[in-house]
Amino acid sequence: MNMEEQAVAQQKVDDPNLLKKDHDFVVPGDKIISSIEYIPGRNCFRDGDSIYSKRLGIVGVENHVISVVPLAGVYTPQMGDMIIGEVEDIHTAGWFIDLDTPGSAFLPLSGVRGFIRSGTDLSKIYNVGDLIYSKVVSCTRQGINVSMQDPRARKLFGGKVINISPVKVPRLIGRQGSMISMIKRMTGCNVIVGQNGVVWMNGEKDALVTEVVDKIDREAHIEGLTDRIEKFIQNKLPKGFVPQPQEEEAPAESSGNFSDFQAKREDQGAGDGG
Amino acid sequence: MKRIDGRKPDEIRPITMQAGVLKRAKGSAMVKLGRTMAIAGVYGPRKLHSKHQQDSTKAVLKLTYSMAPFSTDERVRPGPSRRSTEISKVIRQALEAAICLEEFPKAVIEVQIDILQAEASTRVAALNAASIALADAGIPMKDLVAACTAGKIDNDYILDVAGKEEDVTFCDLPVAYMPREKKITLLQMDGDLPVKDVENVIKLAIKGCEELYEKQKEALKERWISNLKLVEAKA
Repeated sequence: MNMEEQAVAQQKVDDPNLLKKDHDFVVPGDKIISSIEYIPGRNCFRDGDSIYSKRLGIVGVENHVISVVPLAGVYTPQMGDMIIGEVEDIHTAGWFIDLDTPGSAFLPLSGVRGFIRSGTDLSKIYNVGDLIYSKVVSCTRQGINVSMQDPRARKLFGGKVINISPVKVPRLIGRQGSMISMIKRMTGCNVIVGQNGVVWMNGEKDALVTEVVDKIDREAHIEGLTDRIEKFIQNKLPKGFVPQPQEEEAPAESSGNFSDFQAKREDQGAGDGG
Repeated sequence: MKRIDGRKPDEIRPITMQAGVLKRAKGSAMVKLGRTMAIAGVYGPRKLHSKHQQDSTKAVLKLTYSMAPFSTDERVRPGPSRRSTEISKVIRQALEAAICLEEFPKAVIEVQIDILQAEASTRVAALNAASIALADAGIPMKDLVAACTAGKIDNDYILDVAGKEEDVTFCDLPVAYMPREKKITLLQMDGDLPVKDVENVIKLAIKGCEELYEKQKEALKERWISNLKLVEAKA
């Protein structure tokens, strides 16, 4: 972006036509701007010349796009999101995954790494009740498709699962993962956050991590969150606590159950990814 | 003209609106119009678990209006009645116009409204509460829906029919209104009145809706902004 364009963009943010400024609170039906020079982004809509908010949230103005960051609500899947879901049902062509969203997600056989021989018992790969960390590859009217074809994707063994409001997930992760990596480093817990608001953790200090996540859920929109959380953890930890990096819990029973060679390989491959 | 409770003809009873009153619901609100008091909770959107009820193009809105047994002079029999079923239906239709249901196919949004205290105009109090609760739950909506009643006594048009007025008014006319699009989503009438008077009564009710609409926005603003401030102070 050259200087001129930058100046134009800056001017747009300070546009006097904006009825609601950047970071202003809006409710559904609030008029944000009456201009055709802007494009309605997420959680906004155009009616005639004006752009209105569709949800309760905070206005974001970036270049010519107006969007609303919601303060409440359920998770709306987006392509590329990493989510944690529970296997709900097994189908001939794949698995149904429960993501805590209004619609169900589907993990097709093509979304699994490795070759699956015909006639394989799919429950040996992912069984009902298993937790998976996977990627959203498409979300259309037909439904949400997820895939394990991502280096981060894996099956989750053991541990504990809690929920956080999906709109607060970005704060739990922090800028470039600063918050989550700090929590992991200080507590020695292995923590994985799904964009759908499901948090999986494994480690000795999981009770503390639960408290921290609840605290973030409550105080997500107050400035200086990272510092406050850091102090909070320091106060809660016993003196001289040295976090032990969490060893991956071995999938003890799985090695026996995996009669199919390919299925075994797929599981190992997924384990390596984490 | 002075009204039974001393209000001006175009004056609404004292209004209290509060969002986020229930902890376990996704969104909630309490609305008081004088002594009429409604509380609403919103759950979902979540998967609708009886497949034959699912709609593959949009979400289903399930709304239940019920009166607490102790809400009136005579005990109300708990459970659904002919009256509460009808009111649930009209409120649901009034809100469906505003909610972007098409964003959640095969899902259900559940709204539960309870009238804790009734002194006329319970359906508009219920509607106002439900509208705030839906916005509080973060459900996408084209606008908030505000509702108000109006009527006529002798030669005067009156806003927000309350208490004993219900027995002496020529007509009792609740209106739900979306101020942004200037659309009416609920219109009912009890009693009879010449067409010209009805027009005037509707106009008056819309004026009341606009007033309540601002109060709804304030309630939401207060919940979310004061909530943030409270935590700030604690920290």
